[in-house]
Amino acid sequence: MTAPHPETWLKVTPSGLFCEPGGFFIDPTRAVDRAVVSHGHSDHARPGHAHVLATAETLAIMTARMGEGRAGETQQALPLGEALTINGVRVWLRPAGHVLGSAQVCMEWQGSRAVVSGDYKRRRDPTATGFEPEPCDVFVTEATFALPVFRHPPAEAEITRLLRSVALFPDRTHVVGCYSLGKCQRLVALLREAGWDRPIHLHGAHVALCRLYEALGVPLGELRTATVAKKDDLKGAIVLAPPSAVADRWARRLAEPVVAVASGWMRVRQRARQGGVELPLVISDHADWDELLATAEDVQAPEIWVTHGREDALIHALALRGIRGRALHLVGRGEEEEEEEEEEAAAAEPAAGDSPGRRGLGPATQP
Amino acid sequence: MSLPAFAELLERLVFTPGRNAKLALLGQWFAGQPDPDRGIGLAALTEELTFAAAKPAMIRELVAARTDPELWRLSYDYVGDMAETVALIWQPRAGINAPPPTLADIVEALETTPKSDIPALLAGWLDTLDAGGRLALIKLLTGGMRVGVSARLARVALAEWSGQPVEAIEEVWHGVAPPYAPIFAWLEGRAPAPDPRDAPVFRPLMLAHPLEDTDLAALRAEEWRAEWKWDGIRVQLTAGPGGRRLWSRGGEDISAAFPEILAAMEFHGVLDGELLVVREGEVAPFADLQQRLNRKSVTARMQRDFPAAVRLYDLLFEGGEDLRPLPFDARRARLEAWHARTAPARMELSALVAFKSIDALARLRDGARAASIEGLMLKRADAPYVAGRTKGLWWKWKRDPLTVDAVLMYAQRGHGKRSSFYSDYTFGVWREDGELVPIGKAYSGYTDEELAWLDRWIRNNTVNRFGPVREVERALVLEVAFDAAQLSSRHKSGVALRFPRIARIRRDKPAEEADRLAAVMALIGDRPAD
Repeated sequence: MTAPHPETWLKVTPSGLFCEPGGFFIDPTRAVDRAVVSHGHSDHARPGHAHVLATAETLAIMTARMGEGRAGETQQALPLGEALTINGVRVWLRPAGHVLGSAQVCMEWQGSRAVVSGDYKRRRDPTATGFEPEPCDVFVTEATFALPVFRHPPAEAEITRLLRSVALFPDRTHVVGCYSLGKCQRLVALLREAGWDRPIHLHGAHVALCRLYEALGVPLGELRTATVAKKDDLKGAIVLAPPSAVADRWARRLAEPVVAVASGWMRVRQRARQGGVELPLVISDHADWDELLATAEDVQAPEIWVTHGREDALIHALALRGIRGRALHLVGRGEEEEEEEEEEAAAAEPAAGDSPGRRGLGPATQP
Repeated sequence: MSLPAFAELLERLVFTPGRNAKLALLGQWFAGQPDPDRGIGLAALTEELTFAAAKPAMIRELVAARTDPELWRLSYDYVGDMAETVALIWQPRAGINAPPPTLADIVEALETTPKSDIPALLAGWLDTLDAGGRLALIKLLTGGMRVGVSARLARVALAEWSGQPVEAIEEVWHGVAPPYAPIFAWLEGRAPAPDPRDAPVFRPLMLAHPLEDTDLAALRAEEWRAEWKWDGIRVQLTAGPGGRRLWSRGGEDISAAFPEILAAMEFHGVLDGELLVVREGEVAPFADLQQRLNRKSVTARMQRDFPAAVRLYDLLFEGGEDLRPLPFDARRARLEAWHARTAPARMELSALVAFKSIDALARLRDGARAASIEGLMLKRADAPYVAGRTKGLWWKWKRDPLTVDAVLMYAQRGHGKRSSFYSDYTFGVWREDGELVPIGKAYSGYTDEELAWLDRWIRNNTVNRFGPVREVERALVLEVAFDAAQLSSRHKSGVALRFPRIARIRRDKPAEEADRLAAVMALIGDRPAD
């Protein structure tokens, strides 16, 4: 008996990908009864599901961001590599390397195997377990940076550029725009690896998740909140803030800031220029072009479904390699962090004149 | 590793808006790079060094040979810039472990490699570089650095890095060619200042401050001399055994555009004056002179239709003798004597304007209605000729309307018959912290020819696009006339202009010498606010 093609049991619905025999959605974009969630970014992890299955880290991140009770009425943690069976569908998670807790959702039904990668990257990240390829019949991939112009340089080299700039402009604050979940903590960890042992200052929107990362076993060194710091103390300091805040009123508290942004989009000058960025840092938590193609080879899937991003180029390149590509048009994907970050930034720091001490962040406890 | 280092410098300069930060980046380059690379890099930034060996078409062919056409199309469509797309998409051959070239390697190889071998040479270099390095190499070979580093800014950076006054650097600058090794040796204290000997070098100009009412009240008539402020471009004429040069006020060599002036420079000395178009003794409007500016060469017809002449203001050197330390009156006497004796063609003295009192002078100024006169220049009788803008020695006292020299920042397409033209201009002035802040928007005042020129300039100097709006290189100075300046909370600069219009395009004026915000603020209340 031949195994059923995954398209017969894994369907695109308005709520997202639905595993029909299993009765669950993967990263549904609206509230559903049963959800399997790949990672905590808000375009993958939505509030209000009745039941959520994810890694323990992702569940903790969802709870921290959405509030107790909104991140699934019941939560079920599934450790990486452990399988369970839901209505005859075998389900297990493998690391995606994207952010802490991020996982690929692997499913097998009647000998037919599909893997939904969520967002992923192949580079080393001190704050996230590295991606592991899972051979499958259908691999569902992101395509955020699916153009051959996107080849991320080594993140360590970008950190070196940041530190060289700090040395050249010792009286200025270097403020790095970055997403609050994942990028922020990765930057802190990379800076620590590069020998930067001075305190790192945070925008209020970044504090809670850094604390959570530390509680989950990711050491970040001494962190302070930038909001309560004196301008003079921020000379020569590195401050991490949401991208929407770095060139906005919030940044007025900084000392003649050098505006940096850490993102894969910084690879293209036009994109970098739009935000008034003075120091673009090409550091991404998404797979670049080479990683997308290498992953396609590693998972040995004859067919690859492409979700959000520039699917044209990737499907074309896969065809050249004899792999069938199919564009999945999922609603609400890929608009992710930017909007979310703006909301967070506004919520965390509503006014220009913050009251000092409101969000004191003491020296981090090392687990 | 110098090309990757140069690439990093370029990248930082491209994204750095602040003048001081640019100066720091350049200083780091001078301090950290060996000769001749630092000088080659400097010449490349200021576009004094150009290569003709590699054309964009050659680079496109190279990348086409390595890239799937569909992926190229999608990528170019996304990135929007040819050089950048090539730099990003270039896939180095596997197993390349040659070091990246130095700037000196590149200059030398391009001089010695036969033309047919250039593509292979170039591909080999591209293989050794990362994306930033590839973009730097392509920009280096095809021109168009567009990093906002003028020759003037580069000299200021050399001054700040070395501690030598910028005027001293300007005086030797034109006597030394890229890669400027003797200048670096001097600035590092390893050698004396390069002696230009008889080489025609640019002597930094003495500049004036705009005269405000408060300054006016303090003036004592007997201490001052007055001249008309002619509406042309300020020039310096340098002639001697080493050659002849006509310099713009920024030290740019504009000799080639004015051969008739060069031909008339039958003397040994350095003169300061105003370049004008003069017909039968009458100074023509500035627009006529504009026909002659920014040309690499000039036709006989242009010379006949727009005959150039110079109104002489000052004598800086007579023969080898430096007159600059002398007081104005003494220099003026020397200038008049020299002029009477030499009687050079196409050069008249700019006459002194006699006056008994400052009030009488004000009436003269108000009565001057010739389009060729911008107002008056006031010069202290006892002031030496000092490079730069020393306050209290020279005043420029322009007549109405109010004008400001602003830097073009953004341009937007117009409507109706102007819909294909970038005809709405947002311009700014320099705030004290070195940031350029917009002070207004103008969409009138220019001629059709000027509009066409501006449109072309904007398209060639776009650095960013926001829908219908283009952000341009901060390099073009517009003289904006307006009726009044008012305080405004709606503008970042805190000031709004009433009826601003483009009075003229100041192609001769470096952007960093555009007006300061404080100067605009000082004009607030000068006019009724109705």
